[in-house]
Amino acid sequence: MRSDQSKLGFYLLLSPLLLWLVTLIILPHMGLFAVSISEKVGVREYETGFGNYAVFFNEPLYWRTFARTAIMSIMTTVLTLLLGFPIAYYIAKLMRGRAKTTLFLMCLIPFWVSELVRTFGWMILLRETGVLSNFLQFTGVIDGPVEFLYNDAAIMVGLVYTSILFMIVPLVTTLDSLDDSLIEAGYDLGGSGFSILREIVIPHAMPGIVSGCIVVFMLSLGNYLTPILLGGKDSLWFTGLIYTQFITRFNWELGSAFGFLLLALSSTIVFLGLKLSRQSLTNTMGR
Amino acid sequence: MKLGLVSTTVLIAALSGTTVSAETLRLLTWGGYAPEEVIAMFEAETGHTVEVTTSNNEEMIAKLRATNGGGFDLAQPSQDRIASAQEEFGIYKPIDMTRVDAAQFIPSMLSATAENTTFDGEVFGLPHVWGTSGLVVNTAEAGQVVDYTDLCDASVAGNVSYRLKRPTLIGFGYAMGLDPFAAYADLDAYQEILNQVEETLTACKPNVKTYWDGGDEIKNLLRSGEVVAAMAWDTGGWQLNADNADITFVAPAAGALGWIDTFVLPARGRADDAAYDWINFVMRPDIAAMITNTAGNFTAAVGGDEGVSADLKARYQASFDQAAIDNIKWYPPVPAGLEAMEGATLDRINAAN
Repeated sequence: MRSDQSKLGFYLLLSPLLLWLVTLIILPHMGLFAVSISEKVGVREYETGFGNYAVFFNEPLYWRTFARTAIMSIMTTVLTLLLGFPIAYYIAKLMRGRAKTTLFLMCLIPFWVSELVRTFGWMILLRETGVLSNFLQFTGVIDGPVEFLYNDAAIMVGLVYTSILFMIVPLVTTLDSLDDSLIEAGYDLGGSGFSILREIVIPHAMPGIVSGCIVVFMLSLGNYLTPILLGGKDSLWFTGLIYTQFITRFNWELGSAFGFLLLALSSTIVFLGLKLSRQSLTNTMGR
Repeated sequence: MKLGLVSTTVLIAALSGTTVSAETLRLLTWGGYAPEEVIAMFEAETGHTVEVTTSNNEEMIAKLRATNGGGFDLAQPSQDRIASAQEEFGIYKPIDMTRVDAAQFIPSMLSATAENTTFDGEVFGLPHVWGTSGLVVNTAEAGQVVDYTDLCDASVAGNVSYRLKRPTLIGFGYAMGLDPFAAYADLDAYQEILNQVEETLTACKPNVKTYWDGGDEIKNLLRSGEVVAAMAWDTGGWQLNADNADITFVAPAAGALGWIDTFVLPARGRADDAAYDWINFVMRPDIAAMITNTAGNFTAAVGGDEGVSADLKARYQASFDQAAIDNIKWYPPVPAGLEAMEGATLDRINAAN
């Protein structure tokens, strides 16, 4: 009787997870895959085959965009880590009590508004008649208005800004759990600041670094708004290609194939990242 | 418990009482085509309620395709995109002309739209709003821009914008002395035109500040002075003209591109009564004039231009003399498969450096 009840409880607890996995993840992906392997041969006529994937490999434009997206996302991840680590270290190790909470909250505040609003904020700052251009003219650094928008640098700025929180949060958590006495011991043993960072802090923070990097990389790779809005005419981003295939070209078959390729790409890069950093997924995500 | 039962019964009775005559009209349309005041008048008169979703041509078709023509009761795509979408996806149902007050429509537009939206012998579209794409120019700074290809001139380098969509390909084709619409039927000839246009637009890319996407975006760019000449809709130019007299719509020398937005019934729409009521309601001359005053474009309603504000009429006449009107290139129906060719061209232009 008792074991029956606990079994019931187990299945009841399991069902939301199963429902979520099956209806929102597994079934749509199966549908997407089915669409991606149907080739259009005529009006309302379809054949099964891998022609859509062949289109991707035969058209340099598509895989170049694919590579560009991956490389820029990796650069975003590295930049976010370089910017986020000092911030997280400062919050976790150098601040105490209320100041710590306040600082942490200040990192969160921009994320209370939607990504769209934040991106428009950057557009107001960077555009030719925008705040930055006007400020530089006012201070006499430049003579005429300068356009900061619509280039790769603007995309990078936007991507780093949108994802930095997702780097700071796991870093603060792991750095918090690092016992201060270990750092003190490092100094007592004659270690320099750099060697302590390398030998003690970074090895301890590694799971946080890797999980932050995974999240930031995924967010950048799958971002649509920021590259399109800030990149303007140079905004070639793989998600943008998927959008145009689905919406403006009515070519769901190719769009689905692109979607699967993006899934494969992100999985591969995350796998390689884990291998290179000698971390396991359970170690980084399970903590 | 007893109270609950009674109140439930009352609720059900009340609900079923109202659903007999009044329906909810889910309208998929463009911004400005269903002004609040028109909706309020329609709801007061017929008892139907209206839910508006604003969209554009591609998204309308994509949305209806995703649901096999469900989710909406009335949609308003352009007339050239209906027959091919019906052929490919079967997302519309034919118009029942007996339920439409045909006398409210300008006969030439009604018959032209009927001809262009016929598939398998049945008519799928009724004309509603028409307008053109051409050039919106800040005449004080870029008065020399009179045709699409002038956007690539060095004198306006960096201050130009257009959309990376099919109207741009077609407009540039005409300005280069080609005839894209005549080549619709011959895919090889059309590809040849696309190749030439691709070359021009790729060379023109350094001139472009950005490719605009939405009507508000291009209006902002022009208003702030960051862009001085653009390929855009006539209504955007006239709206800007109200704020800044220098900016206006210019009908290009090669001809403005004329479009007609229509009424179509999605295949699985559930409120046909309300849809026909809405069509007959908004085509009344007084309502049509209200829509013209908010959307900025004229309608296919007989007498619909009489109630239009004098300012808008003056702007329209300043942009279009009789020769420019005669020179408008009206979009013929897009054959299925053409968009894939254009798509590949647009992708290559987007990727070019």
